[in-house]
Amino acid sequence: MSPGYELPTDEAAYSFGFLDEYAKREVRRCILKAISIPGYQTPYASREMPMGRGFGTGGLQVTLSLIGPGDALKVIDQGADDSVNAVNLRHFVELTCPGIDTTESTQQATLIQSRHRIPEVPLTEAQVLVLQVPYPDPLVLVEPSEARRKVMHGEGDYSRLLTKLYEDLVHFDEITIAHRYPTRINGHYVIDPSPIPRYDVPQLHQSKALVLLGAGREKKIYAVPPYTPYTNAEPLVFDDVPFRTEDFDDASGKRRACACCGATDSFLDEIIQQGDAPTRWQCSDSDYCNQQLAQRQAMKQENT
Amino acid sequence: MGYVAIKGGGRAIEGSHAAVEALRTAEGESGTPLTLSTIEHQLRLLTSRVVSEGGLYHPRLAALAIKQMQGDTLEAAFALRAYRSTKPRLLEMPVQDTSNMRLIRRISSAFKDIPGGQMLGPTYDYALRLMRMDLADESPQAFRSVAKRFRQAQPDADLPDSFPKVLDALRADGLLPPLTPRAGEAFDITREPLVFPVPRSAALATMARAETGSLLAIAYSNMRGYGDVHPTIAELRVGYLPVMLPHPVTGELTEAGEVLITECEVVAMYEGSDNDAPPVFTLGYGACFGHNEVKAIAMAILDRALQKGMRDGPSNPSEDPEFVLLHVDGVDSMGFASHYKMPHYVTFQSDMDRLRTTQEKAASGEATSSESADTQGVKA
Repeated sequence: MSPGYELPTDEAAYSFGFLDEYAKREVRRCILKAISIPGYQTPYASREMPMGRGFGTGGLQVTLSLIGPGDALKVIDQGADDSVNAVNLRHFVELTCPGIDTTESTQQATLIQSRHRIPEVPLTEAQVLVLQVPYPDPLVLVEPSEARRKVMHGEGDYSRLLTKLYEDLVHFDEITIAHRYPTRINGHYVIDPSPIPRYDVPQLHQSKALVLLGAGREKKIYAVPPYTPYTNAEPLVFDDVPFRTEDFDDASGKRRACACCGATDSFLDEIIQQGDAPTRWQCSDSDYCNQQLAQRQAMKQENT
Repeated sequence: MGYVAIKGGGRAIEGSHAAVEALRTAEGESGTPLTLSTIEHQLRLLTSRVVSEGGLYHPRLAALAIKQMQGDTLEAAFALRAYRSTKPRLLEMPVQDTSNMRLIRRISSAFKDIPGGQMLGPTYDYALRLMRMDLADESPQAFRSVAKRFRQAQPDADLPDSFPKVLDALRADGLLPPLTPRAGEAFDITREPLVFPVPRSAALATMARAETGSLLAIAYSNMRGYGDVHPTIAELRVGYLPVMLPHPVTGELTEAGEVLITECEVVAMYEGSDNDAPPVFTLGYGACFGHNEVKAIAMAILDRALQKGMRDGPSNPSEDPEFVLLHVDGVDSMGFASHYKMPHYVTFQSDMDRLRTTQEKAASGEATSSESADTQGVKA
């Protein structure tokens, strides 16, 4: 240290999990409340994290409050382990939580923090899925005031949301909500399941894994808990209009396959090619894609 | 091609950090690294802004944040705020008495003369905003002698330890409502989320660490006509407030240090009251860390506007506690605006799916518009 060092010397170290212990305990208490009232947006005093609001600070506080030695953490963004934000968050947890393991394998992870996707492989009772949430309240589509929305949730009054869906059908003959599809939990609270595609919503239904949703900027935590029998998660629809997930059929009605691993049962990213080359479709879940690829190669080797 | 861009995210981030660092040091051999002391003193108003918006009184760390973030106030305040998250709350402070401030400036626009006297102090208010070309060619010798000469020229006047508040005089005259005892503990926004309706103390705390520009914009909307506060500044003071904390052993209030703060009290036109009490002026209060006069004034105006909104219901945005308090935090708003730069291709895939389906339906609907609507059933 140079003689001109300008700061007090006792201000360097960070504690395990970055947050002070009181903050982590507070988050855990809120998680317990959220689990006890499935789908209820539990307010908590979200702390500022050293990355931007909107980059997953809510999910990160949940992860940091729960993680301990022996945990294997998987962090994904848009389904991929190696996209910039996933790399950044994983690096931060590794930095501040010495002794934990990180993994890219969905099956090996005990704790999975994700933005915008639920892994393709069904999760188990031994796993916790933490979803990063930008907008915790589905009613924000129809009511800007939080105070009024709180009353509507309490009364189970989702009539304006249903009206919006109905108006969509009148205008477009389709429900136009693409992602963040309003989903009713355990027959009462309707949640914003975070910006997962509609394709992932059925994974929430009777999920064996505990699903925790953390909104840092909006200071809310809510949960889809793994009760026995497991918690129902039903997308808001009408009896005569079924819920539809994203369509990956080509013009002839055939399900598109991943250009990389050949899977026809995964959510696909559409990748525009330069020039006249045809559009490529590829698994959004990078770990799933790698596993399918490895399996296929193993089978090929057996056959030869 | 598109996919390659997001592969190898780790390397991209490292490269980006290196590029940021290269720009910080781009002067090369002719450059001198900024010292924290230089930033803290020569850019004192920038430091003030960052301690205030960071919600942590630590000018030296604020200077470090400014250096690290290359002068971005939002980022610097953000870094300070994140640092604060690592520190536990040790105790609840008793109410501090701002009449004991060691003042560097104190004015009232309500009265020509005030008890204790007006003290213009350091301000740009009456400076001509002409470029001072001589500062472009300032020698270290000249620079070092200025403050010394200023101090020598000051009369050795004995300044009193405390200055009476202008408001006390108004209160004694019955022009302001008497002070009512504070109901309950102050709301701590760092430990409790805002669940509306919130008490006034929560509003004040939120505004005290709000982003200056955001606060100013909403206050300005009120001044211009989307509101009805016509404020008079009863008192604006800037100075060092001795922080009195209970002694850990004896419990006796002991001075633990001092913080530079700006405090503003505005008086606004009176309102009729519901009961038979005589009409009185109404009050708005603003205070924040550092020397930030515009922020303190904007906060005082909004405090007055919000009190009205909390009582009668908001009649414009600046009187709506939810609208004001949830949109003035710089860390929240800048973070969320920045997050749109992150990849969103899963959600965009979803959006395209909806648009394409709707487009197909519209096209087939035009083709079969003579048929009944029933035949356009939902595709399973």
